[in-house]
Amino acid sequence: MAVVQTNGRRQFAIVAVFRGDNEEVAFFSETITKKISVGRQKKHRRLQYGQWKPRHNCLTILTRPQGSRIEILNEGGYRSDGRKQYELRDIVIDLSSRGSADGSASVKHGLTEVVVEVFGPREAKVRSQTMHDKALINVEVSILPFSTGERRKRSRGDKRILELASTIKSTFEPVVQTSLYPRSEIDVFVHVLQQDGGLLHSSINATTLALISAGIPLADFVCAMTGGVHSSSPMLDLTTLEENDIPHITVAVLPRTKKVTLVTMETRLHVDRFGEIFQLACDAGQVLHTEMRKAIEGRTKKLVNSMGLGPRLTFPGVEFDDRDVRMEE
Amino acid sequence: MPRPPSPSIPEKEFVYSSLKQALRLDGRQPLEMRTPKLTFGAELGWVECALGKTRVLAQVDGKMVKPPPERPLEGMITIHSEISPMASSEYEPGRSSDEEVTLTRMLDKVIRRSDAVDKESLCVLAGQRVWHLRLTIHCLADAGNLLDCACLAGIVAIKHFRRPEVEVVGDEVTVHDPSERAPIPLSMHHSPYCFTFAYFPDTSTQPVLDPSHLEQRLSAGLLSIALNAQRELCVVQKAGGVPLSPDEILKIIDIAVVRAKELDRLVENSLKEDWKGRKVEVR
Repeated sequence: MAVVQTNGRRQFAIVAVFRGDNEEVAFFSETITKKISVGRQKKHRRLQYGQWKPRHNCLTILTRPQGSRIEILNEGGYRSDGRKQYELRDIVIDLSSRGSADGSASVKHGLTEVVVEVFGPREAKVRSQTMHDKALINVEVSILPFSTGERRKRSRGDKRILELASTIKSTFEPVVQTSLYPRSEIDVFVHVLQQDGGLLHSSINATTLALISAGIPLADFVCAMTGGVHSSSPMLDLTTLEENDIPHITVAVLPRTKKVTLVTMETRLHVDRFGEIFQLACDAGQVLHTEMRKAIEGRTKKLVNSMGLGPRLTFPGVEFDDRDVRMEE
Repeated sequence: MPRPPSPSIPEKEFVYSSLKQALRLDGRQPLEMRTPKLTFGAELGWVECALGKTRVLAQVDGKMVKPPPERPLEGMITIHSEISPMASSEYEPGRSSDEEVTLTRMLDKVIRRSDAVDKESLCVLAGQRVWHLRLTIHCLADAGNLLDCACLAGIVAIKHFRRPEVEVVGDEVTVHDPSERAPIPLSMHHSPYCFTFAYFPDTSTQPVLDPSHLEQRLSAGLLSIALNAQRELCVVQKAGGVPLSPDEILKIIDIAVVRAKELDRLVENSLKEDWKGRKVEVR
């Protein structure tokens, strides 16, 4: 059961659509299950960019079948998922450790979910690629077949995935202080669990956090964001539906110096419009920075606290020097 | 995999210090391109593009195929590009290097994703017959900035190509031989051109357009911009490298806008000139 508002002028409620009699109903039910999960995430704090305005307290879905064009921005200024133009999706950052990785981070931007694991700096496996004066950064991206609506397995040699990996690698090469670790290698594994637009920016943000949690020195955070423009109204943090329809750019900024390390754009856009969304995406990077910083600080505080609270082990005949932090046996 | 030898320290320092004084080894201004030289072959859609000593050969051919069921109304374009060791000893056969991934993806974005060719006009009979264009890019020599050269060669080859005229009566498709009826050019939405700027580690050094091989090796980041003469950006690609302020990027885009107009004029002129000396139409 769900009360649903459509994003057009026609407004009506759909109650209990999970019947699956025909294709259209099936489509509705699919959309609704998706959007309900957005609704659940409302428990988390919503990140707002620009001015905050009270919103309808209901879900918004698309009513038209797939294939036809969707309404990107309705008359009320709301987007297809109920956000305003400059509003970012919920960001959930999880920095808990996974497996044997030295650092890992999971980042969710709305329904896009990326997990990054960082190993290293460690001895380089491939001798021929080691550099005598700096560390090698090795990035591998795996996109899970069920991450998109349409189940699809991509081969390892897919050029799009290789490009994503090499983009992430070259973004971090000037930021990571590689000269501190000569002859070694830092491995970054990016796993894409769910995709709903903004794959590159989520991967970059997650990689930044994973590198920080692995304790690898960085010159600065790298905060990435996607911006797009619908006719003449710019918007931020696009979903897949929006990405397919409107021109968009991804920008990665270094928040401290306010400089840009990465800009990519793949769709046609007039020069005059470019400047506007480019600046906007740069500003959004700053907003993300506060959020990422908060997550790192929270995690570090938690770790320090739990280390301090741990019971001091005493054994007869063994003396411990007076240190605050002690590793577990 | 043996890594290519890096330039020697004196060479490196010499290039950096001369670039700092806005001097380039080949006597160009920092924001000056090498003038592209376009040579057209006997066939339509066969173009050799040279930027200095960088040479790329592009060739287009078309054949009729059955379209995939999900896109019955659109023609197809495939781009084949491979960097062989022929271009430079730095490239290895068989393995796709970073350069090759960049080149393939960039060609795909500039020519296919930017909708340069009107794909619907390549449809002959909905769901039955469409044109399938194959663009093959051969990199003959790499003396820096292979990317811009390849993009330019690809676009010019598509502009130069003409497909045989087709007549449809009912469900019957007749392809007219070029000797019978004059072949017709492809309908194009726009023609994007790619420009690559190289940035250097010393931030006070001005960026250079169309870097030579040595400049490219010593650069600390490339910014590629593809745009058309109508001031529409098609691709902006800056992956990593030296961080730049937003104003710098916007300024560079303005420079690319001017260069795109110049290049468009040059391409149009050389196509016109080639067309004058060609006997295709029989009347």
